[in-house]
Amino acid sequence: MATLLFFGRLGDMAGGVEREFSLPEPETKLKTILDVLNREDLVLGAALRDPSTRIAVNGEIVTEMGCIKDCDEIAFMPPFSGG
Amino acid sequence: MSGEPVSIKLLAAPFDPGRALSEFTAAHPDAGGIASFLGVTRQSGANEPVQHLILQCYPGVTERAIEDLCRTAHDQWPLLGVSVIHRYGTMAPGDPIVFVAAASIHRQEALAATEFLIDNLKTRAPFWKKEVTASGSRWIEPTLEDYAKTADLHPAPQGFKNARR
Repeated sequence: MATLLFFGRLGDMAGGVEREFSLPEPETKLKTILDVLNREDLVLGAALRDPSTRIAVNGEIVTEMGCIKDCDEIAFMPPFSGG
Repeated sequence: MSGEPVSIKLLAAPFDPGRALSEFTAAHPDAGGIASFLGVTRQSGANEPVQHLILQCYPGVTERAIEDLCRTAHDQWPLLGVSVIHRYGTMAPGDPIVFVAAASIHRQEALAATEFLIDNLKTRAPFWKKEVTASGSRWIEPTLEDYAKTADLHPAPQGFKNARR
């Protein structure tokens, strides 16, 4: 099981900030997870794949579609707006 | 309070910026210049009064991003200390959102570091801002102008097209 976090407007689209995601394999490609989410909801899927959405795995922003393991936390982050 | 080089606070409850500045000043008795910036919740949005503002952060990751910015400021200017206090949660119009202060021997470094920190907090620290008005709510994202201020360190994300406020 991995934890998915949807920040900002993505949380509204996903119906909540946090959800658990059952991994189909012990090591699941991030791309596979995005494909599953895209099949569930095309609009959310497109927003998650948008180049302006940053993805962090366990708090570290990733640029490669690596593998996700049990207990990993994946955060989907639209552009920041602090200050 | 000791004169620590970096002080970061993420707060769920309102804070007193006057007190924050007094404490920061007292903690840096060797400073010749202390600059500060205070960001407050706007009274009105694009078309109508703001009822409240909701600020979301990513606990742990947001603090680390602010810490990185503070370390970069220290690397760039000879500073005695910097302080960042940032709210999250629900804020009313007029409430302080962010306080930034920098202390140095001379004023230029404190002023430059304060500007650097607030400019970069807008686009490099994981926060998400939602404005709630009588007719609904909307997420606010940084403008291209916000990115332009920090373009050397952090260009707008690829595909970013938001030119409105």
